[in-house]
Amino acid sequence: MDDSKFWPQGVTRCKPGAFIAWMLVCLGLGGWAMLSAFLCIYKGLNQTNMNDFFAFGVWIVVDLAIIALGAGAFFTGFMTYVLRRDELKNIINAAVIIGFICYSGAILMLGIDIGQPARGWFGFWHANVHSMLTEVMFCITTYLIVLIVEFVPLVLENRQISKVPDLSFFAHNLHRIMIVFAATGTFLSFFHQGSLGGMYGVLYARPFAYRTGIVIWPWTFFLFILSAIASGPSFTTLIVMLTEKVSGRKLTSHKVKMMMGKVSAYLLSFYLVLKIADTLYWANVTLPKMGVTFGELYGGGPYGTYLVWMELGLFGVLPALLLLQRRVRESYGLLALAMVLNCCGAVMNRFVMTIQPLAIPVLPFEKFVGYLPSWQEWGISAGVIAYGLIIFSLAYRYLPIFPQEVELNKG
Amino acid sequence: MSLADRYSAGEHRFGMVIDVDKCTGCGACTVACMSENNVGVLFDETDKLRSITWMRVYQIDNGRPFPETQVAFFPRPCLHCEGSHGQHTPCVSVCPATATDYDEHTGIVSQIPTRCIGCRYCVGACPYHARYFNWFDTPWPSGLERPLNPAVAPRMRGVVEKCTFCYHRFQRAKNKAFLSGGKVEEMDYQTACTEACPSGAITFGDLRNPNHKVAQLAASPEAFRLLERLGTNNKVYYRTSREWVRRKADNYLQDEKTGQVAASQGGGH
Repeated sequence: MDDSKFWPQGVTRCKPGAFIAWMLVCLGLGGWAMLSAFLCIYKGLNQTNMNDFFAFGVWIVVDLAIIALGAGAFFTGFMTYVLRRDELKNIINAAVIIGFICYSGAILMLGIDIGQPARGWFGFWHANVHSMLTEVMFCITTYLIVLIVEFVPLVLENRQISKVPDLSFFAHNLHRIMIVFAATGTFLSFFHQGSLGGMYGVLYARPFAYRTGIVIWPWTFFLFILSAIASGPSFTTLIVMLTEKVSGRKLTSHKVKMMMGKVSAYLLSFYLVLKIADTLYWANVTLPKMGVTFGELYGGGPYGTYLVWMELGLFGVLPALLLLQRRVRESYGLLALAMVLNCCGAVMNRFVMTIQPLAIPVLPFEKFVGYLPSWQEWGISAGVIAYGLIIFSLAYRYLPIFPQEVELNKG
Repeated sequence: MSLADRYSAGEHRFGMVIDVDKCTGCGACTVACMSENNVGVLFDETDKLRSITWMRVYQIDNGRPFPETQVAFFPRPCLHCEGSHGQHTPCVSVCPATATDYDEHTGIVSQIPTRCIGCRYCVGACPYHARYFNWFDTPWPSGLERPLNPAVAPRMRGVVEKCTFCYHRFQRAKNKAFLSGGKVEEMDYQTACTEACPSGAITFGDLRNPNHKVAQLAASPEAFRLLERLGTNNKVYYRTSREWVRRKADNYLQDEKTGQVAASQGGGH
């Protein structure tokens, strides 16, 4: 079986046997997810270890994390098409695909997470305009449509598909108006990244989550946007680096990766200044007014103060300091390390903001309750990762997503 | 601030006063509530993190060794918060599908199970754990459907439910008032838990009506609300003469005096 005629012009890919074996591994994870999803839909969410104390579990953490990491798509699109940083055209395709994977994966996951999946559309039909979650639903769905529009011309550029003149013409013209979609995507994505943060900040009866803010927006609204656009470009670059290591081929110049690192560095630094200020204000002003102390909120069970040091120090200040240095960005390994730490920070922030507000009892006579996900919850989480691996592997194999690949691998 | 000024404009503001010093923790209110509102019995009721108890009785103690040990009980229905401005309860404001609603006329926080998508955002938003998700299909073994209350629809798996202050009883009282040409009287609308309490610890009525006993009790200096300083501005009051009980009802910094801290947040954004 030879599929080389479907490969992008002038590049080589691994043998079909190896590719199929890799797909089978991913499909195995997918099978685990399918079984878990079937059980959750057929038998109900009692298949999870969530309960009335942990109304949100690992799925929401993964959801928020991949949506934050998928922010590389809209922010790279914004820089490429709106700010006209032409250098980034060499990575924008990968960013779009990763964004598509993250957003579609998150929506698939949410479809299982809600107790009545068939009623998912009620959020549109009976929309409560006061709810941050309503805004999240609207923006994620519409932004996914934008991502599909951005993804379609990439699919149509496949070597065989592009031979069809009408499809080629369609793809070419879609490319020409991509700035419109990039700008729309930026607008939508800004808002829902913020609304995801707002979802927690408005919980005024949950001291751990509640934040003061401006007009209707709690500070978490702005912090979530910033942490997403700080980690998104890093995640996109990391996936490209990972693909380079697995395939043994150079896909983008190091200059592009350095630029993405620089963007992450400045945004992460800015985010950290605001996040640390927010944490200090929350700990010293907001919490005492609610009758609780920072120590009480970070003293329960496994949720100790080490989480703060990890989130803001190891996964915050350290990668920011690393990425700010040109020498670090010039080194492939150090750049990757700093970016991994940066992405871990975003994931950890989403974990802390999702799980800890629920874990810490608010009623003084309430007891602390623990939560560990069930195998079905892990299965669906792993399934989203498998889904991403499958889509990205297929895209890498059959679509010309890296304009520099041919030139970088000459000789 | 007077009792009437605590809440937004509206014909009624139904609420409750629960006398903690009278409550014996017998659980009759819980049972009456389950029976009245068709809350089923799950196969495994030992899992209290997933079972449904609209009216839950919390047991607390003063933390002192015997013989100084004292015990008290906090029966906890949905507290029907109002927040700082009418509809800004912690839960109503967050529901994406408007499946929970704040009734401007009665002040009752309703739940519409057939519209709930089961996202559980409201469950996370409520600090009182008054909201319950249906993790299981409720089994109704043969024969158990016969005592079902026809005025209350049983809920399906995958939706959230909670205490409604027996809203169907209010509807019934309104019908009676309409037919007789009068008004809804205090005793025409009483919740099942209030009626069931053998020690008379629960008093229910219209907080807006100064003739109702509940309004007089809620205005007492010994009346307080759970987590009052968070600004949930709810309508379920408790009463005790014991300082330690009152201190357990809210979060305090070490140097703060019990009951002397005003609500600070006022319902957020």
